[in-house]
Amino acid sequence: MSDVNTAKTMYEKIWDTHFVHQEEGQAPLLYVDRHLMHEVTSPQAFEGLKIAQRPIRNNHSILATLDHCVPTKLADRINLPDRIGAKQVQTMIDNCAEHDLTLYDMQSKNNGIIHVVVPEHGFVHPGMTTVCGDSHTATHGAFGALAFGIGTSEVEHVMATQCLPQSKSKTMLVKVDGKLSKFSTAKDIALAIIGQIGTAGGNGYVIEYAGEAIEALSMQGRMTLCNMAIESGARAGLVAPDEKTYEFLKGKEFAPKDDQWERALAFWKTVPSDADAEFDTIIELRAEDIAPQVTWGTSPEQVVPVDKTVPAPGDFELEGKQIACQSALDYMGLEAGTKITDIPVDFVFLGSCTNSRIEDFRAAASVAKGTKVPDNITAIAVPGSYMVKEQAEQEGLDKIFTDAGWEWREPGCSMCLAMNGDQLKPGERCASTSNRNFEGRQGKGGRTHLVSPAMAAATAAAGRFVDIRELEQ
Amino acid sequence: MDKYTKHTSVAALMNRSNVDTDQIIAKQFLKKVERTGFGQHLFHDWRFNDDGTENAEFELNNPNFANAKILVAGDNFGCGSSREHAPWAIDDYGFNTIVSTSYADIFYNNCFKNGILPIVVDADTLKAIMAEISANEGVAFTVDLENQSMTTPGGIKVHYDLDGFRKNNLLEGLDDIGLTLQHIDKIGSYEEEHKQQFPWLWAS
Ligand code: SF4
Repeated sequence: MSDVNTAKTMYEKIWDTHFVHQEEGQAPLLYVDRHLMHEVTSPQAFEGLKIAQRPIRNNHSILATLDHCVPTKLADRINLPDRIGAKQVQTMIDNCAEHDLTLYDMQSKNNGIIHVVVPEHGFVHPGMTTVCGDSHTATHGAFGALAFGIGTSEVEHVMATQCLPQSKSKTMLVKVDGKLSKFSTAKDIALAIIGQIGTAGGNGYVIEYAGEAIEALSMQGRMTLCNMAIESGARAGLVAPDEKTYEFLKGKEFAPKDDQWERALAFWKTVPSDADAEFDTIIELRAEDIAPQVTWGTSPEQVVPVDKTVPAPGDFELEGKQIACQSALDYMGLEAGTKITDIPVDFVFLGSCTNSRIEDFRAAASVAKGTKVPDNITAIAVPGSYMVKEQAEQEGLDKIFTDAGWEWREPGCSMCLAMNGDQLKPGERCASTSNRNFEGRQGKGGRTHLVSPAMAAATAAAGRFVDIRELEQ
Repeated sequence: MDKYTKHTSVAALMNRSNVDTDQIIAKQFLKKVERTGFGQHLFHDWRFNDDGTENAEFELNNPNFANAKILVAGDNFGCGSSREHAPWAIDDYGFNTIVSTSYADIFYNNCFKNGILPIVVDADTLKAIMAEISANEGVAFTVDLENQSMTTPGGIKVHYDLDGFRKNNLLEGLDDIGLTLQHIDKIGSYEEEHKQQFPWLWAS
């Protein structure tokens, strides 16, 4: 007779199956199944390995791509205009060749943003652990995998040992029940959650997203949602695997094959949290309440529904938030009380690992169709990968965008972080489907407003933010 | 990594919340393939004017804060990306201690791997510490890692919590990887079981 609750959350289950050892007085060692890489956060790790003369423990656990530094204009990809960036790219190519790692380089038909290409090839599975020297690794939580960003020292650590010393996180359940309106998307859920709990709200937690509205999301929507778990401060985001997950993985290059498939499937079905598992914190939202969201400030938590106005410092209780509000207003060049739909933009960016999958392009294209981007506005559409690009072109989406006056680019991180030639000029205002609106993120002095793909397309057509619920359908 | 020893150093004040990794080290400096030399770019966009001269308004350009080893900052320091270039820049600039009410998870982790001690204090204590620096710019605090304390001339005594493992690594300047490799046998036997349980992950 015991009333101890032995039910486990998904996070606890994954933790338990990956726990290797704990030495007295040290952090537990957690085993790492999949290690993703890009050119920016890995060179110093390879250098460290070389200096210490340590081999890579399992080179099959690694999948690498080039994404952050690569230009999205075809001509520039042949001969990178930026010499230092070119060196970083070449260093990645050399390191991967030396250690026999799979690299989707710029010539590869599989090239694209790491968090877009990894799911395309079925490299991450439910119940697994996945790391990458990149905070948006959280994306892969959409598969029910514990996926989180690590620093470069840890990249080196994982290469050498296939393990990481980890302290256990607390668990948070974010439950979104009800039905999302057809105008709101996974991006709006993500922003609404951050608006509610703040960018530090998830500090110390792994979030599990659940509820009717999450179950109803496609795999791509779940990726968008988990991608932004990090923006709420959480270590990782998770969605329970289900039929959609299995369907998505089936037949992919790295998915289990033949008799392995049934075995994997049987295991995957054990991954979701037990019904009576307990979470340290529970947050609840109603999907019906989530309107299309627009950020107005320089932190993702500075967000409002599109039909609202830019807040004033006095609208916030805490002194810190009041100061942050004022400095965001100054940086963003906005006056409190301005209607969001009265804010004009100079630039529209459709892309990034948050929103550059085929469904994002379909959603944006359905709004962009037959519209015209005003002359004073630049709109760029940047597919997350060559696979997305090809699929979009097969469906004729590229034509819809170019006919509407958009530029249609090669894949890459592009203007999400502006270290590849695509960037805003000081003072320029951008509606962006990316995940961070920090000062200078898209170029020094650039002003970023985060939105969903459909909202971005509507904004491009109108030259200002638009409440897509009011567009004629 | 250098050992972290007890020291008395100038504390610089940066009264801003949510200082993010993009501000700590701007992306145009992420292209280097080396680990050193990032200090000159720390807080670049705040620290320098467009013409490359120093921005006199920026906190760390205050001559009273020259040679500071302790950085006192607002809530949620280091939020944003996982880039370790941020602690590399902080370390290379000369800071070995940060004081705030909270840190972003990955950044906090990265600090310990680079010999930086991130001290967590409560909001009231932070307020008092900030007030002391404002009233007496250039004031030096004493940080004692062994005893997990920080003291100020104004009489503020802080005791901070710290994971024992991380504390020890800082004190000893230990290499994490070497520590893990001591358990290589355990990792090996875990892997054997793992191959049995999840063979599809090992198909190459
Ligand atoms: S698209 Fe942006 S957030 Fe995503 S990996 Fe690239 S730079 Fe990072």
